[in-house]
Amino acid sequence: MRPLLISAATLATCLGRGIEATRAALAGGASRLAPCRFETARLDTFVGEIEGVDAIRLPAALAHFDCRNNRAAELGLALDGFDAAVRDAAERHGAGRIGVFIGTSTAGILQTELAYRRRAGGDGALPPDFDYRHTHNTFSVAEYVRARLGLAGPCAAISTACSSSAKAFASAARFMEAGVIDAAVVGGVDTLCLTTLYGFNSLELLSRAPCRPWDARRDGISIGEAAAFFLLEPRAPAAHDDPDAVWVLGAGESSDAWHMSAPHPEGRGARQAMEQALRSAALEPDAIDYVNLHGTGTPSNDAAEDKAILALFGDAVACNSTKGVTGHTLGAAGAVEAMISVLAIRDGLVPRSAGTRVVDSALHARYDIGGGRRRIDRVMSNSFGFGGSNCSLVLGRGGAPA
Amino acid sequence: MRLAARIAGIGLVGPGLAGWHAAREALAGRVPYAGAPTRLAAPEALPATERRRAGRCVKLALAAGLDAVAGAGADAGALGAIFASSSGDGETCHAICETLASDDRLISPTRFHNSVHNAPAGYWSIATGATASIDCLGAFDASFGAGLLEALTRLAVEPEAPLVLVAYDAPYPEPLNGARPIPDAFGVAFVLEAARGAGPSIAVDFTGEPAQAAAHAGLEELRRTIPAARALPLLELLAREASGHATLAYLDGLSLRVELAQ
Repeated sequence: MRPLLISAATLATCLGRGIEATRAALAGGASRLAPCRFETARLDTFVGEIEGVDAIRLPAALAHFDCRNNRAAELGLALDGFDAAVRDAAERHGAGRIGVFIGTSTAGILQTELAYRRRAGGDGALPPDFDYRHTHNTFSVAEYVRARLGLAGPCAAISTACSSSAKAFASAARFMEAGVIDAAVVGGVDTLCLTTLYGFNSLELLSRAPCRPWDARRDGISIGEAAAFFLLEPRAPAAHDDPDAVWVLGAGESSDAWHMSAPHPEGRGARQAMEQALRSAALEPDAIDYVNLHGTGTPSNDAAEDKAILALFGDAVACNSTKGVTGHTLGAAGAVEAMISVLAIRDGLVPRSAGTRVVDSALHARYDIGGGRRRIDRVMSNSFGFGGSNCSLVLGRGGAPA
Repeated sequence: MRLAARIAGIGLVGPGLAGWHAAREALAGRVPYAGAPTRLAAPEALPATERRRAGRCVKLALAAGLDAVAGAGADAGALGAIFASSSGDGETCHAICETLASDDRLISPTRFHNSVHNAPAGYWSIATGATASIDCLGAFDASFGAGLLEALTRLAVEPEAPLVLVAYDAPYPEPLNGARPIPDAFGVAFVLEAARGAGPSIAVDFTGEPAQAAAHAGLEELRRTIPAARALPLLELLAREASGHATLAYLDGLSLRVELAQ
C-alpha cells in the first residue's frame, strides 16, 4: 500500500490523557488495571478505566450525542492538539476530502442498558430522553467525531469486534489510494459497558486478576476502555516535516472461517493477516523489530497467536503484549496499540509486559517480558476478533518522500 | 472521484421480495409489487451447530449474499466480502439488555458472540470457507452507501479480487423498535468485479442532489424506512435492464450518483 504519514495522533486510556501521560506510563511499565467498580457491575475482575470520563461535557450543539462512549471520544479529540490539527488539514484539503473511520464494538450501548432499567411501567417503552441514533447505534461515535471536527467527507463505523480500529486504518488507506479522499481521521473508541463485562464473563474469559498475557498461569482478559485518534495523510505537509515521523506502511486482513468466538487453533487467519501486512508494506519478516501482539491473556488466543508468530518469524522477532498495562480495549485496541507502536519507534522502547511473570513453556515465540530501550524502526501490531476477524498493521519510519 | 465495478450477481431478500430472480418482475414494474412479511430460513451451507445458533441477521445476510453468489455463478469461498448494516442483531441485543436490567445478569455465551456487529460475517466465512478479509461497517441510515463505497474502493485498490457486498437490516423487537422503527427485514447483495467485460457496470460519484424515490409506492415505503433498501432505485434500474442513473441517499446532504450501463 502507499505509506501514510501519521501527521497527528492522541489517545486516552487508563494510562492517562494524551501522549505524554501514555509515554510516561509505558516507560514506568506498571499495570494500571484496577478492581472493577464500574457502574453496577458485580464481577470479580480488573478493568482499565479512563479516569474522569463521566465528568466530560459535549459541546452544546452536540448535546444529543451525550453518552459515556461519546464523552470518551470528546475527551480524546481535545488532547494533544488533535482537533486543531484536523482543522488545519481541513483547510488544506477541504472538509469534504477528509474521511472518518472509527472502530468500535459496542459504541454507546451502555445508554440502552441503562434505559432498559427505566422502561415505562417496567416493561413498556424506553424513556423519552433516550436517543438511539446518537448514543447506542454503532455509527454514533463516528457521526460524533465527524460532526465535532466539522468534516463533510465519507464516514463509517468499522465494527469487527476486537479488530475494528485496526481495520479502520486499512479502510482509510484504500479510500486514499482510490482517490476518494486526501486525508483521514482514523480511530477507535470503546468504553466499559455491562454487555461486554457480563458477556466475557459468560464465556468464562474474564481473569480474576490483572491479565497475564503469555503467562503459564494466564486465565483470561481484563477489559479496558480507550479513545485513540490518528490523522493520516499520504504525504507530509511542508509545515510538518519531521524526520522522526512514523508512517503506516502496511495492513493485512483475513478471516478464520473457523469459529465465532475461538481462534483457529493453528493461528491460520492470524498468520495470513501478518503475511499480507508484510506484503502490503513490501517488507520481509526480518525487517520487523518488534511485534505488539494481540496477546489477550486467554489460554487459546495466546496459543494460536504463538503458532502464527513462530510460523512466520520463528523465534527471531521480539514480541509481547501490552494488554497487561492497558487492558483489552476491544474495538479500540487496534488504535491504542498502533499508538503504542508509534511510541516504541519514536522513543526506542519496547514496553514491558505487565502482569506476565513466567512465560508458558508451551509457547515458543521470543516473548520479551521486561522490554527495554533500543532502536526500533518497524513494528507489527496484531488485532484479532470474534467472528475470526484478523488485522495486522505495520508501522515504521521512512514512508514516501515528502 | 469515479469508482467503477461490474455487477456479476445480485441477491435480494425483503418484504414480498423472495430472491432477485423472483423479485425482478415486480421491481421492473411488469407485475404489481405485493408486500408480504420477509421469510427467512437458516442456510443449509452452515454446519448444524452454527445453523442452530444463527440469529435473524445471520439468516438475512447469508440468504442475500448466497443469492448474489449463485446468480454470479461464483465460488463464495474465493470472494472477499463487505457486510454493511445499521446495527447488530436486534433480537440478540434486546435479550441481552433485558437480562442486564434484571436481577440475574447471566447472559448466554452464544447470545454474546451473536451480538457483535460482525456476527453475520463470521457465520458467512464459516459457511463458505472464505478466508479473505471481510469488512463490517455501519453508518446508520447511510449504511448501504458506506458499504458500496467500501466495496468500490477495495476493488479500485485490488482489481483482481472480486467481492460480495451484503447490506442488510432487520427490526428490533419492542421497546427498541419504538426508538428505531424498521418495518421488516431487507437484505441486498452484489457480487462485484473490476469493471471490464460484459454485463451491467456501475460508476459512482458523490452528488449534492437529493436522493431519488423508488418508482413503486410500496417499494418507496421500504426505501424510506430500511437503510439497506436505499439501494432500491438502482435495483429497479437493473430489473428493467435499462441504462441510466440512480441517485441513492447516503449521509445527510450527500448522495451517491450511480451510473448504470448494461
